[in-house]
Amino acid sequence: MTKPVVIVGASMGGLRVAEALRRFGYTGPITAIGDEPYAPYNRPPLSKEVLAKEVSHEAVAFAQRPATEDVNWVLGTRVVSADLEHKTVTDSNGDTHAYSALIAATGLRPKRLQVPNGDLAGRHAVRTLDDAIGLRAALVPGARVVILGAGFIGCEVAATARKLGCEVTVVAPGVHPIVRPLGVELAKEIQRRHEAEGVRFLMKTTITDLIGTARVEGVQLDSGEQLDCNVLVEAIGSHANTEWLEGTDVDITDGILTDNAMRAIRTDGTVHEDVFAIGDVARFANPIFDEVARRVEHWNIPTDTAKRVGQVLGAKLNSAENWPSVLDEQFAPVPSFWSDQFEMHILAFGLLALADEVKLIHGEIDGDCVFGYYRAGTMVGVCGIGLRSTVQGYRAAIGSLAS
Amino acid sequence: MTIKIDVDMTKCQHYGQCVFEAPNIFRLNNDDKLEYTAEADDSERANVEAAIDVCPMQAIFIVE
Ligand SMILES: Cc1cc2nc3c(=O)[nH]c(=O)nc-3n(C[C@H](O)[C@H](O)[C@H](O)COP(=O)(O)OP(=O)(O)OC[C@H]3O[C@@H](n4cnc5c(N)ncnc54)[C@H](O)[C@@H]3O)c2cc1C
Ligand code: SF4
Repeated sequence: MTKPVVIVGASMGGLRVAEALRRFGYTGPITAIGDEPYAPYNRPPLSKEVLAKEVSHEAVAFAQRPATEDVNWVLGTRVVSADLEHKTVTDSNGDTHAYSALIAATGLRPKRLQVPNGDLAGRHAVRTLDDAIGLRAALVPGARVVILGAGFIGCEVAATARKLGCEVTVVAPGVHPIVRPLGVELAKEIQRRHEAEGVRFLMKTTITDLIGTARVEGVQLDSGEQLDCNVLVEAIGSHANTEWLEGTDVDITDGILTDNAMRAIRTDGTVHEDVFAIGDVARFANPIFDEVARRVEHWNIPTDTAKRVGQVLGAKLNSAENWPSVLDEQFAPVPSFWSDQFEMHILAFGLLALADEVKLIHGEIDGDCVFGYYRAGTMVGVCGIGLRSTVQGYRAAIGSLAS
Repeated sequence: MTIKIDVDMTKCQHYGQCVFEAPNIFRLNNDDKLEYTAEADDSERANVEAAIDVCPMQAIFIVE
């Protein structure tokens, strides 16, 4: 019996790579093991429009295609370890799965606040459907919501909670929301627009403890102030889910390090021919920018990296003659990002965080506007509020940096 | 053979990600709103499927 390609993590990356393998001509067995109880679904709406309405699997599930109907989905099951020498992974039920190729698509999980009195109900994170279902139930009109962290997800939840009639305070250590990667000018403007909608910001501030007995009733700030709070949302970044690869020789310092074909790299720098990583958990260098390997937590990355693996692995498993040339092709996906907050539709391409200079290049800061992000004079990113066609017009230029 | 394309305009947020994947089918008009061709040759199927993949709102459907 031929051994299956085993995918660990059954979310967007897992689904897209199964589809890509089929598209690139692999017809053999595929097993996808995921610890969530749900078939792959779309996460971005969980902090936006779906959170504002009704959160259900149906509202966010990805459509499944006939080509992947025969994938063996093993859901509600966690992979706990991998033996890359004998090419097996072991799951939480104690079952062992042999593989011909292994694809890691295990994504991230939220970092959580570490405080002495952390054992209270009323604490939330936003990564999974179950998280969003729990949070949605708590966002009732008048609820006192404190959001720790002012990144994209924190700001999106702030806007959604406000629209639902909650009292919203954002507490965060930075000077302005989303200042990294957006830059001070745009970040300030986003803060202003949130404040105009009634969101309160306590910047350069953090939470040192929680107040309450069974449930969160308030938070203690490092400024000495206390805030009433019955819903605490922690949006302070994430950890890569790589524990299941501990004890192997794969480099898992901050995600899974891969080469340009998304093949996992060992700590000694050599490449695993049959272990791949995709999506949020993959750390790879993008020829558009430089040779520094980075994790990119943008929604287009699971799909683009999955296609790359489909192309490489499809050619390899079919013993295609073009395999070496496929491997040599340069993979350089343009990161793309969007965010909706109140009436702001933010769209970005590139890696804004790399910029040493940020300039307003179209429109007016208090209306629709586009900012350019430059590193040593070269545009490495673009971001706009509105003006989508204008923003899109820069995408090709950013992509062409790779060649 | 032709394919029929449907975009749920109650979901679409006019991000235009689809435009890059299937430029013959999708475009943003002068108001930055999505416009699309509802019927296309079967040869566009792969492009439209790619557009479906990249649509943040999962608003695009091929109606068989
Ligand atoms: C609330 C929210 C809003 C977002 N909004 C945007 C946005 O507006 N724009 C944008 O560009 N991006 C956004 N993103 C980011 C985007 O959703 C991610 O980039 C994308 O989901 C990554 O997909 P993935 O498949 O790589 O990882 P994930 O979606 O994290 O999937 C990994 C899966 O693997 C499972 N898993 C982990 N460990 C194991 C194990 N050991 N065994 C089995 N299964 C395991 C996990 O439970 C999970 O189901 C948002 C993310 C969130 C959470
Ligand atoms: S990608 Fe989706 S949301 Fe964006 S314009 Fe196209 S159909 Fe609309």
